Amino acid sequence: MSRVPLFLRRLALPAGLLALAWILPAAELLNPYLVQVSMYVGINMILTLSLNLVNGYMGEFSVGHAGFMAVGAYTASVLTVWVVPAALAPWLFPAVLLAGGAAAALSGLVVAFPSFRTRGDYLAIVTLAFNMIVKSALENLEVLGGPRGFLGMPRLTTLPWVVACVLLTLVVCRHLIYSNFGRGVVAIREDEVAAALTSVDTRRVKLYAFLVSAFLAGVAGGLYAHVLQFINPRSFSILKSTDMLVMVYLGGVGSLMGSLLGAALFTVLLELLRPLGLWRWVVGPLLLVLLMIFRPRGLMGFRDPRWLKEEEELPPGPA
Amino acid sequence: MTAPALLLVEDLWIAYDRIQAVRGVSFAIAEGEIVTLIGANGAGKSSILRTLAGLQPAARGRVLFAGEDLLSLPAHLRTQRGLALVPEGRGIFGTLTVWENLRLAAYARRDAEMEADLERVFRLFPRLAERRHQLGGTLSGGEQQMLAVGRALMSRARLLLLDEPSMGLAPLLVREIFRVLLRLNLSGTTILLVEQNARLALEVAHRAYILETGEITLSGPAAALRRHPRVQAAYLGG
Repeated sequence: MSRVPLFLRRLALPAGLLALAWILPAAELLNPYLVQVSMYVGINMILTLSLNLVNGYMGEFSVGHAGFMAVGAYTASVLTVWVVPAALAPWLFPAVLLAGGAAAALSGLVVAFPSFRTRGDYLAIVTLAFNMIVKSALENLEVLGGPRGFLGMPRLTTLPWVVACVLLTLVVCRHLIYSNFGRGVVAIREDEVAAALTSVDTRRVKLYAFLVSAFLAGVAGGLYAHVLQFINPRSFSILKSTDMLVMVYLGGVGSLMGSLLGAALFTVLLELLRPLGLWRWVVGPLLLVLLMIFRPRGLMGFRDPRWLKEEEELPPGPA
Repeated sequence: MTAPALLLVEDLWIAYDRIQAVRGVSFAIAEGEIVTLIGANGAGKSSILRTLAGLQPAARGRVLFAGEDLLSLPAHLRTQRGLALVPEGRGIFGTLTVWENLRLAAYARRDAEMEADLERVFRLFPRLAERRHQLGGTLSGGEQQMLAVGRALMSRARLLLLDEPSMGLAPLLVREIFRVLLRLNLSGTTILLVEQNARLALEVAHRAYILETGEITLSGPAAALRRHPRVQAAYLGG
């Protein structure tokens, strides 16, 4: 009796959001500029959730997530421009996004394997190098336009797609984190040696965490490429990775809700600061400096609202 | 020793770069025993425990646990086989609650008896039950030690490796923890105890090995070693 309403209640919010995302632009209640910004917010939410999995929950420090995003963006773009027939493209878009994510996950191995032997600052340098390798490789691949970039993608990314991807990402992350696997991820952050001693297969957990994180960044890259319809290697430089770090540390490390919040605040803030021109690129790094000094855990560090958590996390017995 | 050995260590060598920390140590522990390794700082006690748990590679030697070669297994699989190290400094997950710490220790298990084991840990350490929602990092030293032992129990340890469980604890708490260890031993858990507090260790252990600069120099029943003049002079303060 009580199961059905709960089940419906759980679906109500996502369904409502999807309906809004579909109706608002269609009914021209949201002007194209706001739709565009909303899509960037959504894409950045996926990127932030992806980075938070590695930086916030696992306690590693990736500064090269734009590299994964680039792999996803270029893979998806090559598919829609050269492989998928134009008529079928809107229908095959989910498959294209998945392919971009898969390619990014594969490239995630480049970082995952070194993470078995090294961590902390040293692994951060590996991720930085990865970001630079991806960017240089793309700049030198004339087939993909080299430094001039790659264009010709149809504008397949729509607000409902973005909202659907954000919701799916949130559900995936939520289920990963509040699972046995998630406890293993957090154990690695707390104390890798103790994690191994409590029978966590630390290598496997790290491998999976990097794969999932890179996959999500790749999907975000695919969405991004099909909003802008033009990508070039420079859009995936270390600056992009810095933006992601700002969003994670603004919203809150180790927090799902914080990831969403950080992405939304930062994206909207940058839009509002457009009149500043070039100076607005100072905002991100400056914000990072201020955050590290005054609120290093971010707005919602290590916290999430109750409804996002697993019931199992509240054990039986007196509190 | 009449029962077959649960743990058999043969000619174990451990080296840090060119420094030989442990030089050809051999010993055996039978199921149900409490065995203690006694030695001064730097004698190689912790190195042996870390190597048994898989945190430090052995340079040479053989280790059999319940007949299985241990040295080729990674740390997490050794824990799954039933060998649990309670490390020096305890290795508590500070930002996780007591309950989550215990839950994590059963990481590799998917059986129905987990709840029963959890109840068992809470029965052994009522303080942990009271503080089950408290973060591990906010517990006192003694409670953290209890939690570390509790975690080892959650992984269904047959052999408990304890590295300095009394370190930094008030005497009363040390008593409490050792009382629980004795109870665990009576219900079948085998214990290898490394202690600086030789008096206490020789009181609870059945047998003891004295380790000096990486080699075993004396061994025998704990009661006999307690009366041994060399042990009395070096470790028990005359």
